[in-house]
Amino acid sequence: MEELIEILTNLHPDVDFETCDTLVDDKILDSFDIVTIISEVAEAFDVTISAKYILPKNFNSARALYDLIQKLEDEE
Amino acid sequence: MLFTSYEFLGFLLLLFVCYYTVPKKFQWMLLLLFSYVFYFLANPYYLIYISVTTVSVYYLGFKIEEQAEKQKAYLAAHKGTLGKEEKKAYKERVKKRQTGLFLAALILNLGILAVLKYTNFVIANVNGMLHAFGSGHTIVFVDLLLPMGISFYTFQAVGYLIDVYRGTVPAEKNLFRFALFVSFFPQLVQGPISRFHDLSQTLYEEHEFAWSRFSMGLQRILWGYFKKLVIADRMLIGVNEIIRNPDDYTGAYVFAGMMFYALELYADFTGGIDITIGTAQCLGIRVTENFNRPYFSKSIKEYWRRWHITMGTWFTDYIFYPISISGPMLKISKVSRKYLGNCIGKRVPVYLSSFAVWLATGIWHGASWNFIVWGLGNWAVIMISQELEPLYRRFHAHFHVEDKIGFRIFQIVRTVLLMSCLRTFDCYRDVPLTFRMFGTMFTARNWNILWDGSLLGLGLQLTDYLVLLAGTVLIFAVSMLQRSGSVREKIEAKPYPVRFAVWYGLFLIVLLMGVYGIGYDASQFIYNQF
Repeated sequence: MEELIEILTNLHPDVDFETCDTLVDDKILDSFDIVTIISEVAEAFDVTISAKYILPKNFNSARALYDLIQKLEDEE
Repeated sequence: MLFTSYEFLGFLLLLFVCYYTVPKKFQWMLLLLFSYVFYFLANPYYLIYISVTTVSVYYLGFKIEEQAEKQKAYLAAHKGTLGKEEKKAYKERVKKRQTGLFLAALILNLGILAVLKYTNFVIANVNGMLHAFGSGHTIVFVDLLLPMGISFYTFQAVGYLIDVYRGTVPAEKNLFRFALFVSFFPQLVQGPISRFHDLSQTLYEEHEFAWSRFSMGLQRILWGYFKKLVIADRMLIGVNEIIRNPDDYTGAYVFAGMMFYALELYADFTGGIDITIGTAQCLGIRVTENFNRPYFSKSIKEYWRRWHITMGTWFTDYIFYPISISGPMLKISKVSRKYLGNCIGKRVPVYLSSFAVWLATGIWHGASWNFIVWGLGNWAVIMISQELEPLYRRFHAHFHVEDKIGFRIFQIVRTVLLMSCLRTFDCYRDVPLTFRMFGTMFTARNWNILWDGSLLGLGLQLTDYLVLLAGTVLIFAVSMLQRSGSVREKIEAKPYPVRFAVWYGLFLIVLLMGVYGIGYDASQFIYNQF
């Protein structure tokens, strides 16, 4: 989780990713950010997030994204 | 049949009567019948193309899901007996079959769109190259029928296909229900590009007549007619005069034309969408909103989140994401990070994918270099502003102007001007002429035409300008009121005399101030040609 928070914080230093759960709904993350996150996650966790998982519910909070990564890790 | 024709109003009246008279379980079938009649009346041959798209996407989508169901059943039947590797190999085989079906449907439907829309564009460019190389050969242009709204219904069908392939929506089992999704007539002309998951929620439901919903729909239709007939079609007269006579109208006239076109396009496109959504609302069907007060955007990126929303999200979900997170693109990202550094390297996939998206957006808008340059112009502006983001952050940290009303107005005006500049490519007949006309604005010495009465020579009288001014103020006021919710609901809460005065007044304005006249034919919606 710490590694993910670091990736997100590098992208938006001014956002508290530990608590924020409206990252997409409040337009804090846009499509460019999401692609950058997926690319960084692939690098750091060796997990591929495919397009079908790009849904607001999976990117609205660091916790939701982390859960998705874990789910994909288990599947792989 | 134009939305602005008397035939359309008669068509709607007949539909509404039948829709709320037939047994409710037949309502969606009636809608399908009316949608096909609507398309048939436009041109009987159009039905061939929309039927091919409907049947092919329906059948192949169905087969794709069948593969997924077979896989599920097979894995359940062999639970505990298959090893991890065997399971993986089986899943890969199924995925391969699904991909084959998916690609067949994709190539067929995008192929039809490409051939019908772009053949003559390709021929024109090949002829241009032959001429440049001194060859006397020319290829003859072909006379192809371009079905109305083909880009809209093809994209809608392809979006459904991708969703089924991804497994995010179940395939529709009933061909006729699917045919209605593709051909639903109010959005056939100029969108919005609906998603199956959204539209299907209310499209097939049984709808009881409810006066409050029906009247809300009628009010929205009326507001759409106001924008189209009173504003857009009036403004069109001035725009056409300027852009069709480029030698006569240079410099400040180009600027005036640019701003006139910004108003015309907004009133035309949003007016058409109001008629679409209002018609659907009268039928009890919810269609996705396509605009969110776009001229209040503070950046081009934001503008594209608020203008033609369904097209933007379509390109993002079905082109931008799949390209930017594809295996090859992640490899490019890795290599570029290695050689260009982490900071620049990680942005490479975003920039390359955005390039593809904006190229596709330009091509989608029309078969001409104007639209391609327009698309890539948008891409360049967005990328530049993306690169300047750290600079903006430093600027705001230093000057604290972000929340100042004056600065926000500056950002809004800047965005409108930038978008208007890019849209000049919509207007003039070719790219070199557009650049030439754009350039004349910077060498112009005729800015006095903006106030010395010269604009009255564009086919518009003083009364026309007064109507346009009043109409623009009204649209602006409504947009401001929309910030706190639906304006129609606010009016609904007023006493009856106020409501009557508002809607009857608007009706009279459309009737008396719409651009009609003997022999006048309301113009086609701009987005109809897509």
